[in-house]
Amino acid sequence: MADILGAKVDEEGFLIDLGDWSKEIAEQMAKDDDVSLSEEHWDVINFLREYFEEYQIAPAVRVLTKAIAKRMGKDKGNSKYLYSLFPYGPGKQGCRFAGLPKPTGCI
Amino acid sequence: MVKEFDIPVLPTYLETPKLKEGVMDGEGPFKSTQEFQNPLGFPGEKVDNWQKVAIDKIGELKSKYRSLQVFLDSCVKCGACTDKCHYFLGSSDPKNMPVARQDLFRSVYRRHFTFAGKYFPKLVGAKELDNDMLDDWYNYFHQCSQCRRCSVFCPYGIDTAEISMAAREVLDVVGIGQKYCNQILGKALTIGNNLGLPEPALRDTLLDLEEEIEEETGGVAVKYPLDQKGAEILLITPSADFFAEPHIDGLIGYGKVFHQDGVSWTLSSYASEGANFGMFIGSYDVMRKAALRIRKAALDLEVSRVMVGECGHAWRVAYSFWNTLSGVGVGAADEFSKKLQDQLDHRYPQPQHIIEYTHDLIQRGKLVFDKSANDDRTVTFHDSCNVARATNMGGILGGQFILPREVIKAVCNNYVDMERSTIKESTFCCGGGGGLLTDDLMEIRVKGAMPRMQALKTVEKDNGVNTLAAICAICKSQFSKVLPKFDFDPYMIVSVHQLVSEAIIMDKRKIEVQENKLEAD
Repeated sequence: MADILGAKVDEEGFLIDLGDWSKEIAEQMAKDDDVSLSEEHWDVINFLREYFEEYQIAPAVRVLTKAIAKRMGKDKGNSKYLYSLFPYGPGKQGCRFAGLPKPTGCI
Repeated sequence: MVKEFDIPVLPTYLETPKLKEGVMDGEGPFKSTQEFQNPLGFPGEKVDNWQKVAIDKIGELKSKYRSLQVFLDSCVKCGACTDKCHYFLGSSDPKNMPVARQDLFRSVYRRHFTFAGKYFPKLVGAKELDNDMLDDWYNYFHQCSQCRRCSVFCPYGIDTAEISMAAREVLDVVGIGQKYCNQILGKALTIGNNLGLPEPALRDTLLDLEEEIEEETGGVAVKYPLDQKGAEILLITPSADFFAEPHIDGLIGYGKVFHQDGVSWTLSSYASEGANFGMFIGSYDVMRKAALRIRKAALDLEVSRVMVGECGHAWRVAYSFWNTLSGVGVGAADEFSKKLQDQLDHRYPQPQHIIEYTHDLIQRGKLVFDKSANDDRTVTFHDSCNVARATNMGGILGGQFILPREVIKAVCNNYVDMERSTIKESTFCCGGGGGLLTDDLMEIRVKGAMPRMQALKTVEKDNGVNTLAAICAICKSQFSKVLPKFDFDPYMIVSVHQLVSEAIIMDKRKIEVQENKLEAD
């Protein structure tokens, strides 16, 4: 099984044990995807982690965009902006960097 | 991270492609592990005596489902199906011809269950189920979206989907399951929906939505009741409607329609999923377990109507199977089904599709629209395969094609159909149905979308179509991923109820419009 900085990940690069997450792991995952994490990235990652801690699931897209609008300004509260931060999608790439399980379903 | 592959070039006309043998060979989608297999009652890894287990299962299935044996026996290799599969047209792999896909199963069936196949296997194309064959099964039965387009053109009506479902069930019982479907089913059977949205998250998401609508409509309090006992309608909708875009705008549309009708309705946190992947993996038992959650919710909440949101295969399961699976509709005779039968109001269709409901309100003049709100759109409708080829709406011949189009035309001024051979009963699958909507199958999803994209490109060029409407969560997600690969705007895919939502005139404005009209008169 593959690992990132010693933490085991699944076929798609998501952490197996969510407790393994660290900022360094997020940085390394981003580096492997050619993304460099800005303050805005961290804002999103931190929100994802807070939400997950409360609800044990990633936030719905609309919940995420509304939260980002509140934190960063209305012009940034949309999925186009989030895709500019996370080209593979805020749900899939953002959650991976944040150490959350991959949201799967008819999405 | 993602395997590189060529994106098909859209041809002016669809033609039978030149064969490229083996181009879609591979290991198939990610395999399920013990963690996801065991809760469904399947072994966690390939069992030692897998050949015997598989052959026994085939024997059981062919006896249980007589249709399966008829499909396996009756093919005459006429070739009518060969160029009807979107995955074949998009990939050029001959093993994606429906007859070739069926023959993976048929050749093993012949070897073990027919006289000629047992004694003269080579003469009749009978083959052993060895490791190579099993790998081919796993790979190519996960390149079938069970859309049943081929069966429309088969003179014998052979249903490849049913063979593909049987093959996947055999694979599951020998311990080779698909991660995507089985992981999701685990969540649906424990938490209540495919996404694994627990009740508090669902409740908060719905509250957020109520706030948003109130803001957007300038104070109309559209509600999203959850677990409201005694409501008239229980809405069963795909959980993607709560979570993803563009789905959520459809959910906003449902809420506005309920609000305008003034009916009491509710969602259930216990049965918060319309999708039923038990059908995709061919397991009657798993499909029934998922359906029974809905029956329990309907009984507990004491509703008199059960309604289904925009989800393609959910409507197939609901319309065609719920009656005997769980007693919604007439058929099942067990104690709980009878109780539900007594509880439901049979003046309404049970179950009823949200499109039937909205259509009925429109016909009775209960909804008022400002169609010009959609004037920036020229819309076309994508018939989702399970709705188109396995269900009906409105109780009239072809109602499943007519009703959604009539709803769209009631709320939009500009509507155009795609080419006749690509819609209605001949519709091309979006490319992501049947349990294929997973990143590890992106290559076949993109290639399989080609025929639909080709028809869409034509109406874009000829008629200026800029909006693609659908009534299936899988179609919506698949299109938002594949549209940009073919140079379309990924945001052109919308729910039919999003179009309704944009044009509907809500309470307050309705009064203003009427007043203005009076003044004008």
